[in-house]
Amino acid sequence: MSVSFIEKNKEKFEALKKVIDEKKSDKGPLMPILQQAQEIFGYLPIEVQNFIAEELDIPITDVYGVATFYSQFSLKPKGKYRIGVCLGTACYVKGAQQVLDELSKVLDIDVGSTTEDGTFTLEATRCLGACGLAPVIMINDDVYGRLEPDDIPEIIAKYK
Amino acid sequence: MQLYRSHVLVCGGTGCHSSGSDDVIRVFNEELEKHNLQDEVKVVRTGCFGLCEVGPIVIVYPEGAFYSRIKAEDVPEIVSEHLLKGRIVKRLLYHDAVHEDETAKSLDEMEFYKKQRRIALRHCGVIDPENIDEYIAFEGYKALGKVLTEMKPEEVIDTIKASGLRGRGGAGFPTGLKWEFTAKAEGDKKYVCCNADEGDPGAFMDRSILEGDPHSVLEAMTIAGYAVGADQGYIYVRAEYPIAVRRLSIAIEQAKEYGLLGENIFGTDFSFDIGIRLGAGAFVCGEETALMASIEGHRGEPRPRPPFPAQKGVFGKPTLLNNVETYANITKIILDGPEKFREIGTEKSKGTKVFALGGNINNTGLVEIPMGTTLREIVYEIGGGIPGGKKFKAAQTGGPSGGCIPAEHLDTPIDYDSLIEIGSMMGSGGLIVMDEDNCMVDIARFFLEFTVEESCGKCSPCRIGTKRMLEILNKITSGKGEEGDIEKLETLAKTISSSALCGLGQTAPNPVLSTLRYFRDEYEAHIRDKKCPAGVCQALLKYVIVEEKCKGCGLCAKSCPVNAISGERKSPFKIDEEVCIKCGACMSKCPFRAIEKK
Repeated sequence: MSVSFIEKNKEKFEALKKVIDEKKSDKGPLMPILQQAQEIFGYLPIEVQNFIAEELDIPITDVYGVATFYSQFSLKPKGKYRIGVCLGTACYVKGAQQVLDELSKVLDIDVGSTTEDGTFTLEATRCLGACGLAPVIMINDDVYGRLEPDDIPEIIAKYK
Repeated sequence: MQLYRSHVLVCGGTGCHSSGSDDVIRVFNEELEKHNLQDEVKVVRTGCFGLCEVGPIVIVYPEGAFYSRIKAEDVPEIVSEHLLKGRIVKRLLYHDAVHEDETAKSLDEMEFYKKQRRIALRHCGVIDPENIDEYIAFEGYKALGKVLTEMKPEEVIDTIKASGLRGRGGAGFPTGLKWEFTAKAEGDKKYVCCNADEGDPGAFMDRSILEGDPHSVLEAMTIAGYAVGADQGYIYVRAEYPIAVRRLSIAIEQAKEYGLLGENIFGTDFSFDIGIRLGAGAFVCGEETALMASIEGHRGEPRPRPPFPAQKGVFGKPTLLNNVETYANITKIILDGPEKFREIGTEKSKGTKVFALGGNINNTGLVEIPMGTTLREIVYEIGGGIPGGKKFKAAQTGGPSGGCIPAEHLDTPIDYDSLIEIGSMMGSGGLIVMDEDNCMVDIARFFLEFTVEESCGKCSPCRIGTKRMLEILNKITSGKGEEGDIEKLETLAKTISSSALCGLGQTAPNPVLSTLRYFRDEYEAHIRDKKCPAGVCQALLKYVIVEEKCKGCGLCAKSCPVNAISGERKSPFKIDEEVCIKCGACMSKCPFRAIEKK
């Protein structure tokens, strides 16, 4: 385990410890703890997984297994703005793929990756349930709907 | 209690919220104060009205004026004209919300609502979901009171059985039987769970119920807990639904405060608690055994059944698992009696079903219809038809487990059994309309791509089989299809449906099978003629300049990123097919529409 990572993030680990102590005695606490850990750290580095495994007294393989199974857990840091392009059916039949392609072109990154400066992460997401506004993207908590590929550069410019 | 002369209901569902309904509410409150009307007019943030297409929606009562696409800047006019002077602002009304004599139509008179019958959605768009008193005012927790003080658990189960209610989450298993199995199972501890992991892309009824009427689900789960003998409930919600999660948490707290959840409910010796568990983005967790594994904190992988959850569910204990919409029907059945519920629907499918209408249709949104309504009524009457006068090609129901229903079946009355007969399924209620511009092979490929990504990987038919199917579909849509590919798809489909571990795996080939059944000619066109009849599959498209229309302005050549277009000014240009990357830039730039996709 990298010691420096823990020293650098001492406060965050303390916050995590508090969460674990609170939830430890609940039934099936691992998922809620991982969700909180991701809130605290922004992602789930191996040091954090290790810490959780030790605190819960379960094998690290269990923690890693769960952390890698669910798509919302990330083992890598994400960009400051997370762009999620809804690829639900309603959005897809209304041209979400073209919107995604345009974003990938404008940001010059592939789907699932982060820009070098750490500003944007581009992701294809499952149905966001805003089908009435299809096609839809989300940038952090902001929703943009009824999009055309041509709308993309202007939206991205707002965040630069 | 304070009385108001007018109520302004503003939709706070995800659709309207995303188009700015929070700002609308804020400005309403500011403007009302400006005119000193805050004690006369009440602004309520409700759940979903269903007609998401024209959101944000605002309804002003007592007139019932139905305003659509309201922006914050429209609000001052509504306040000063309508609320202050009593003159409805006609220019902001929804087009189908006024009579010829210019009085406001009631909801039941509007084309979109006329044929609907709202049972599961009865409170959505009517009450403030964050205020338990409003729920109670609409007979909320009355059913629970009746059950706990007047009925034995067996009587509750008999009532649900007699209603004919079937599970609304997909498979349509009789709900009362499920309750009975769980009640009869032996166990020192039992659980009642709610499946709110709405993973079918394009379905959002469960989210809307949780956002618009969370107490109805809590009340029904508590009733179920009493009927089967459980004292703990879990709601498993997708993390993609933050508003639903927040309103549920508020509702749970309020119910506890009122003694309607927790210890000794209604002063009886029955106690019941409900906890929320968040999903983390795994479609397979909508499958019941996977969902329970996830609640326990494991990887959400399904396991073989039997044992069924009723025998061995969460933490190895007997567990009742129903979906959100199923629960939303329960209190109505208890209060009105099962006979009343049975009057609605078809012989084997009773009651109503909520559909999320989406895709290429005018009125996208949420509709609740009696079972037995035809697809034609949904698409053309409630849904208002297809934009741009385009031709209906198919409706997709049942998501990645379902299939596409072609135009020839538009008049089939929709229920559980009729949908299976025509090669689709009810599923959780996504209904995506496709028109002539959608390629059915591409749609099948889209669903397979979804399944491949979401396959949990535990069993090989699903993990490897769907991947092989996707590879073949990719081959076909990129113009490399060969004779025999269709047959290979069929063999794989048969193998997967007969051997995959869970329901999701077994039904994964359905989108391919149903499109093959009705649109085989499209597959053949891709394979034999290397053509995509709908003009969707990029690799099979050819961009051509129509000589008669081309004025030789050269804009297309300038916009081409690979210099594939050449020609002399003022005479027709040409596209070099070998060089063209089919990006479509030229087509969107041409002012004379002289470039066509073939």
